[in-house]
Amino acid sequence: MISLAGQANRHKRSGGDKGGEQKTLGTALLKRGFAHMQKHGVIMDVTDLKQAHIAEDAGAVAVMVLDKLPYDVRRAGGVARTAGLKIIEGILEAVTIPVMAKCRIGHTVEASVLEELGVDMVDESEVLTPADENRHIWKWDFTTPFVDGARDLGEALRRIEEGASMIRTKGEPGTGNVAEAVKHIRAIDTDVARIRVFYEREDFQEMQRLAHQLNVSLELLQETAKLGRLPVVNFAAGGITTPADAALMLNLGCDGIFVGSGIFKSDDPLERAKSIVLSTTFHDRPEVVVEAQKMIEEGKSMLGLDTSNLELRMQDRGKT
Amino acid sequence: MSRHVSPLIVGVLGFQGDIEEHLSSIMTAFKKTSIEGRTLLVRERSDLSEIHALIIPGGESTVIGAMLAGRSMVKELSDRLMNGLPTMGTCAGLILLAKRVYDRVVGDMNQPLLGVLDVLIERNAFGRQRQSFHAEFDIPRYGLAGFNGAFIRSPIIKQIGPKVDVLAKLGTDVIAVQQGNILATAFHPELSTSSIFHEELIKMASSMNH
Repeated sequence: MISLAGQANRHKRSGGDKGGEQKTLGTALLKRGFAHMQKHGVIMDVTDLKQAHIAEDAGAVAVMVLDKLPYDVRRAGGVARTAGLKIIEGILEAVTIPVMAKCRIGHTVEASVLEELGVDMVDESEVLTPADENRHIWKWDFTTPFVDGARDLGEALRRIEEGASMIRTKGEPGTGNVAEAVKHIRAIDTDVARIRVFYEREDFQEMQRLAHQLNVSLELLQETAKLGRLPVVNFAAGGITTPADAALMLNLGCDGIFVGSGIFKSDDPLERAKSIVLSTTFHDRPEVVVEAQKMIEEGKSMLGLDTSNLELRMQDRGKT
Repeated sequence: MSRHVSPLIVGVLGFQGDIEEHLSSIMTAFKKTSIEGRTLLVRERSDLSEIHALIIPGGESTVIGAMLAGRSMVKELSDRLMNGLPTMGTCAGLILLAKRVYDRVVGDMNQPLLGVLDVLIERNAFGRQRQSFHAEFDIPRYGLAGFNGAFIRSPIIKQIGPKVDVLAKLGTDVIAVQQGNILATAFHPELSTSSIFHEELIKMASSMNH
């Protein structure tokens, strides 16, 4: 069973096209269930068909299509938008694993276009330039599930209340530095532990105060406290570069990982992708993480950026 | 009444997918059947010798299959399946058990399979995630009418061999089968409110463990 906390009753119906059965589409269970099928897996950023094939061969559970890898978005500057539709279509027709794509925060039409094209999940991503600084997409209106970034419990629950079916840490994309992703998962974990204490004490006054403070509903906060975790699948993203980084994030409680620049900005993409898949599955077995870490050479990792004096902090986008 | 040699150990293939949902359904099924047992995450060849039953979860069949091959488990697991290990595969698990598989869009697949269930599978048969759906159908053998199944980028069973029994159909499409010790579903019983499939698996394993 999976949690349906915070769901609005907005699913759509369609008559069955096979044998006349009634089929129900786009429910919270189907959208969150899709994310559950990705668990313990690695979702890889790709910019073209060649990279998509490498990702699939290496054992990606899904590919995430974008115009430029986060590292190149930083270098290029300007406005980053959703990827070219012909590239996405080419990948949809060529791989059997799910295909995801990014749209700009608040850009409902980019999201609709991606849904119409048939992508399996939309990432409302701070890697692209936000289209609306104050408001995210109302994701309940879509049949396609969404993943959103979060730095703390409040952001995560606000995105879930807007209809996100999956959460990922924001981290600091394109830096090759896992530190911000660690900070964000630790923040969520600490916040959940805190609300759990008040929930167990049945201190509903404090729960109500925290719900106001985080700007989320009391119902969703209580359900989260009861579960002792986010009610949707929670992946790590932002700066994951090595098999050891991946295992670290799983050991901190993430359900799986996204790798952005870390694979295709390295000098050994196929081996690196395979090694990250292996260490994600066996994150709790140091001897297998060693095996994975030996598959790569540190000299071939992306050099990365110090996150303390970046000109552009992507994680600060879309925090409302 | 209990004549178990030892508590049942039900394994869940633990590489990728909705592993925890199956672990939780197994615990519910233990309670409902009053059969004593525990679960084991199966990720190495050595784990295979400990289990009395196995579940291959939903997830990405290409990823789970590659991991089975990478950990050199394909032959030993196929052998155990052919020697009667009670096993259930859901969605990706159904694909991995099958003898033959193709994809609706891409066509022929060259992915590692266990190849023990005599069926032909079409992957992603209903379309992409946007076409994922719930539907109700009957499972006559379990005396169930209106079972609500979740089909998430689901495969369907296009052809079945002579030793395969159909457990459920959606219209004309075969969506659940049994071949002796092997149960397989195109949908996700682990996401439903019923643990009937897990109970059936446990009962089968229990009767063999006597």
